[in-house]
Amino acid sequence: MDAYERVRIARKTDRPTAADYIGSCFSSFFELHGDRRYRDDRAIIGGIAMLEDMPVTVIGIEKGHTAAERVEHSFGAPEPEGYRKALRLMKEAAKFQRPIITFVDTSGAYCGIGAEERGQGSAIAENLMEMMDLPVPVIAVLIGEGGSGGALALATANRVWMLENSVYSVISPEGCASILYKDASLADAAAENLRLTAQDAYSFGICERIIPEDDIGSPSFYKKLSSELYSEMQKLLQIEDIKEDRYQRFRAFGSGVAI
Amino acid sequence: MKEIRFIYHPDNALEKAGRSAEPLHGEAERTCPNCHVTMKESAFRNSNWTCRCGYHFRLGARERITMIADRKSFQELFQDIVSTDPLSFPSYEEKLRKAQAISGEKESAITGLCTIGGFDAAIFAMDPNFMMGSMGAACGEKISRLFEYASEHCLPVVGFTVSGGARMQEGLLSLMQMAKTSGAVKRHSSKGLLYITVLTDPTTGGVTASFAMEGDIILAEPGATIGFAGARVIEQTTRQPLPKGFQTSESLLSHGFVDAIVPRSEMKAAISSLLRMHRRAI
Ligand SMILES: [Zn+2]
Repeated sequence: MDAYERVRIARKTDRPTAADYIGSCFSSFFELHGDRRYRDDRAIIGGIAMLEDMPVTVIGIEKGHTAAERVEHSFGAPEPEGYRKALRLMKEAAKFQRPIITFVDTSGAYCGIGAEERGQGSAIAENLMEMMDLPVPVIAVLIGEGGSGGALALATANRVWMLENSVYSVISPEGCASILYKDASLADAAAENLRLTAQDAYSFGICERIIPEDDIGSPSFYKKLSSELYSEMQKLLQIEDIKEDRYQRFRAFGSGVAI
Repeated sequence: MKEIRFIYHPDNALEKAGRSAEPLHGEAERTCPNCHVTMKESAFRNSNWTCRCGYHFRLGARERITMIADRKSFQELFQDIVSTDPLSFPSYEEKLRKAQAISGEKESAITGLCTIGGFDAAIFAMDPNFMMGSMGAACGEKISRLFEYASEHCLPVVGFTVSGGARMQEGLLSLMQMAKTSGAVKRHSSKGLLYITVLTDPTTGGVTASFAMEGDIILAEPGATIGFAGARVIEQTTRQPLPKGFQTSESLLSHGFVDAIVPRSEMKAAISSLLRMHRRAI
């Protein structure tokens, strides 16, 4: 399958969204709202959930399925308040020593005048910095689109997993094509060159596990994912210095030097 | 994982080209892009590359450091870290060579140690002439190492940003530099050490959304474009006219994302004074 075909699959509106994963992988979920500063950005949903017998903080970027849901959730494009809400929930998780699981699915951070004026870049930067300092384990699951910094702001994790047909990229293939070739219709070539598939990310060590999609959305799919999250979290809880583990994970990307 | 290695080319023509504090502009006259006045290049240079209308010309990284560091105090670090082409991205190698030739630098950021007004500091400056200061793995590595060095030696970091964002030709590896550098900044910060960023024209994308906005103190040059998403993209997406002064230093100051706007002529004094104020009492 070519890379752009995967991009198309990753963007399908009938794919399970973060809310579907949250509703199916956990035995209960208590949603928490708002960034405690200005508002509740519905592009990000989060709260406390039970993963078997383990309380965890769960945060997801939600795209919604129907037209009305998609508008409510801003098509999964968080504004600064969304990132600040996520950070507030992560700091709460740290306080109560709850591990964190994120579900990432965004074409990118919201692109707008207000988002810029309220510090989109600053909000993402703060998340990257503070996530690096979290004293609890973090697993990020990329379920659809992993759009650049807007996705990374919830994926600065100890482990990053990707659905088989999810994509993760520094820029959208359309954006890349319009900058490099001055033609957005060459997005398929750009998608190929950007190496944005789960298989590519795996080969660079940027994702640790690829989740097969044969039975995506079925009860057995969620059950398997849930038990994999549980057992991985148990392993991560054994790591003595979880911050160091996360730091070294990212430190390794492009760290070799030859003189 | 596959290890990504940087390769140093000792036969690189740039090594032989030598360096100079002088800019590499060939022409004797320059026109201000803001007020269109044309003056002798030396006239602009003598006024720190600012026009009498207030316009601040973009500066190469080395020129920037020359302007800020005490005379002959700059000692470069990590200069052997250069970009490779990890994705075999079409025509990237060629673009890198061109960027190196135009800028006279091996990477989009230069890093090192210096004194500023007599105070020790680690310093980095990005170069707009090197693929518009875009951040790839080598740039991220140099910035991260500088923060690690500064943490180890208890030094403040002063950084001048100018960047179009993450370098797309390095794909996800360049995206990861945002988290990597942020981790290094956080460690430095947790040691109680000072980080001053100076945002210069333009600072956008993945650099804005990482180390540019992570300073304890964030300064900006007048009239710089600073933002996350590009203005043109926002205009196309929202189909709304952009407000006057959108994404300028002045707008960021009024929205609370910049501590102060400092003209170039006062930059060294401002930074020296901040360094003095952060000297540890004990
Ligand atoms: Zn002028």
